[in-house]
Amino acid sequence: MDFAVDGRKAFAYTAAHAIDAAKPTIAFVHGAGLDHSWFGLQSRYFGYHGFNVLAVDLPGHGRSEGPPLESVEAMAEWVVRLLDAAKIDRAALVGHSMGALTVLECAARHPGRVTRIALLGMAYPMKVSEAFLEAARRNEQAAYDMDTIWGHAPQVPLGANPNPGMWMYGDNLARLARLAPNVLYTGLKACNDYAGGEASAAKLDCPVLFLVGSRDLMTPPRVAAAFVKAFKSAQTVLLPPSGHSLMAEAPDATLDALIDFLSTGTTP
Amino acid sequence: MPGPKYPGFDTLALHAGHTPDATFGARAVPIYATTSYVFRDSEHAASLFNMERAGHVYSRISNPTVAVLEERVAALEGGVGAIATASGQAALHLAVATLMDAGSHIVASNSLYGGSHNLLGYTLRRFGIETTFVDPREPENFRRALRDNTRLVFGETLGNPGLDVLDIPAVAAIAHNAGLPLLVDSTFTTPWLMKPFAHGADLLYHSATKFLGGHGVAIGGVLVDSGRFDWETSGKFPQLTEPYAGFHGMDFEEESGTRAFLLRARREGLRDFGACMAPMTAFQILQGIETLHLRMPRHIENTRKVVAFLAAHEMVDSVGYPELPTHPDHALAGRLLPRGAGAVFSFDMKGGREAGRRFIESLRVFSHLANVGDAKSLVIHPASTTHYRMSDADLEKAGIGPGTVRLSVGLEDADDLTEDLGRALAAAKRGLKAG
Ligand SMILES: Cc1ncc(COP(=O)(O)O)c(C=O)c1O
Repeated sequence: MDFAVDGRKAFAYTAAHAIDAAKPTIAFVHGAGLDHSWFGLQSRYFGYHGFNVLAVDLPGHGRSEGPPLESVEAMAEWVVRLLDAAKIDRAALVGHSMGALTVLECAARHPGRVTRIALLGMAYPMKVSEAFLEAARRNEQAAYDMDTIWGHAPQVPLGANPNPGMWMYGDNLARLARLAPNVLYTGLKACNDYAGGEASAAKLDCPVLFLVGSRDLMTPPRVAAAFVKAFKSAQTVLLPPSGHSLMAEAPDATLDALIDFLSTGTTP
Repeated sequence: MPGPKYPGFDTLALHAGHTPDATFGARAVPIYATTSYVFRDSEHAASLFNMERAGHVYSRISNPTVAVLEERVAALEGGVGAIATASGQAALHLAVATLMDAGSHIVASNSLYGGSHNLLGYTLRRFGIETTFVDPREPENFRRALRDNTRLVFGETLGNPGLDVLDIPAVAAIAHNAGLPLLVDSTFTTPWLMKPFAHGADLLYHSATKFLGGHGVAIGGVLVDSGRFDWETSGKFPQLTEPYAGFHGMDFEEESGTRAFLLRARREGLRDFGACMAPMTAFQILQGIETLHLRMPRHIENTRKVVAFLAAHEMVDSVGYPELPTHPDHALAGRLLPRGAGAVFSFDMKGGREAGRRFIESLRVFSHLANVGDAKSLVIHPASTTHYRMSDADLEKAGIGPGTVRLSVGLEDADDLTEDLGRALAAAKRGLKAG
């Protein structure tokens, strides 16, 4: 569904449903260089199970007009303006990677708007290696290769995709190939620069779920585990074989954990 | 700093798409000979049907053994995914049926496998899909044939049987300028000789019957999507960019830009046309793929020896192999096919039809049959077999004469192959004198 945010086209996938004010809402926020379809199976499930879903394309990604936003704080404010545009007062937020930083910041800034947050592929600080940032800044293929290889568990290229007939690396590379120059860099830099994690975590009173891939190379489990301590309370679910791309690598386990977390305490 | 490394082709050929099974630890890909899959509960069933969970429902739509093959070929080609089909022909049909309706138009190379020529030139016409065939040697010919209702540009990486090398970068640019995808038949090149997506093709398929299997025991096809074509921007593919009443109003492109084509091809094409691959076939093709990287270099090595032998033979008028300086696509082959120009090629014998007959009947190692890409060497006379439905004029356009013989060079001892050919050429020559 197309919305207008800041005078620009902003897309959010709604699983082919109209927004219904009587239903609770879940907004999904993707990571750097990706788009709403990264949450394909999971967002579709909730859209067909009594929720409004808004799986957003951040500016400059997927179907939303650019330019890409330069900071996590700006993305957090944009998500709220998208909720405004969709006439949604309160929503649960699910974020992956850069999207996880975004929903954390959003919940800290707007406690009245955010009922609970699920943080997938999340670590703080989310430091991006100098080589990766530099390759992205130059829009080099090497950046897309690093994103693809580090973005999945090491066993992924030599194993089976739970999604029949699909090649995860190829899908990631094809998505990245569609990006305008600098979009990946802008996102990675925003992750790298974000400094508000501990302060925002300490502010939260809403329920928090960490979904952690045990073989995540981008946002490693030990960094995630250390950051969990910054919250008053947070629940952690470890998904054993998965890397950073939980929604693709472990789609069912990710969905089951989200169902557990989101099916309680979410009211419109 | 160099980036992290992808697994090499040889490793992917052996491993991509398969995790040893969790129950018994089987290292080889198990043959899941099952039509259907038990649901955990009704909720799980509904979620699988509605594409909210990943998994298998019914083997016409997907099967775990077939999925290994699909993922492996997608990995070798650098695509987003693949769909295995009952045959190479079914793969071509699935691509066409997914992309267009009656009233659409295709621009295709005229240098095609005879079966593809039949499907496009005659059979699809009955269903309102028209094809204009063009000489692929001049890429501009594709542009000239475009119409408002054109929905696909199509050619073979190495044209059948004249071995025209498709100038994929040039033809892809023409297709993309017109908002159209380029589909290539990659059967003759396999991903070991060329990766068409790296040169700009959007979709490709294989007759897996040929080199991918290599053993000549199974018929199959694989359709692969690069995921790079932007259907939304093109605006010419409502099948992928508008709600489809046949699947809960799904807008495939909105569901996923990179997966839209394969989603529709699987959820509609396999579901409704039903030309799926059997798990046993997938297993057999996988056995072949596991040695593709070992077989292809040997195919090329033997082919080069046979080509050199024939080119120097007095009974041979001409040999059509792109690595020869006399081939019109010699330079293009150097650019696109540095590892070799395949193991299937044609040559023209002196003495026409009768000499051709004597030659073929005198061969002992080469088998006379209608196939290519086997581990065993094969021979055929196109004018009387694969291309027999074509008129003489069309035959000539496709570069086939009455004395044209097509070879598919296998993996035997190369000396045995040249000896066999030498003996048969001598027999043909004796026939000429006698006649
Ligand atoms: C180049 C080419 N494409 C497609 C096909 C058709 O494949 P299949 O026989 O698997 O349907 C063939 C078969 O000879 C072929 O040679």
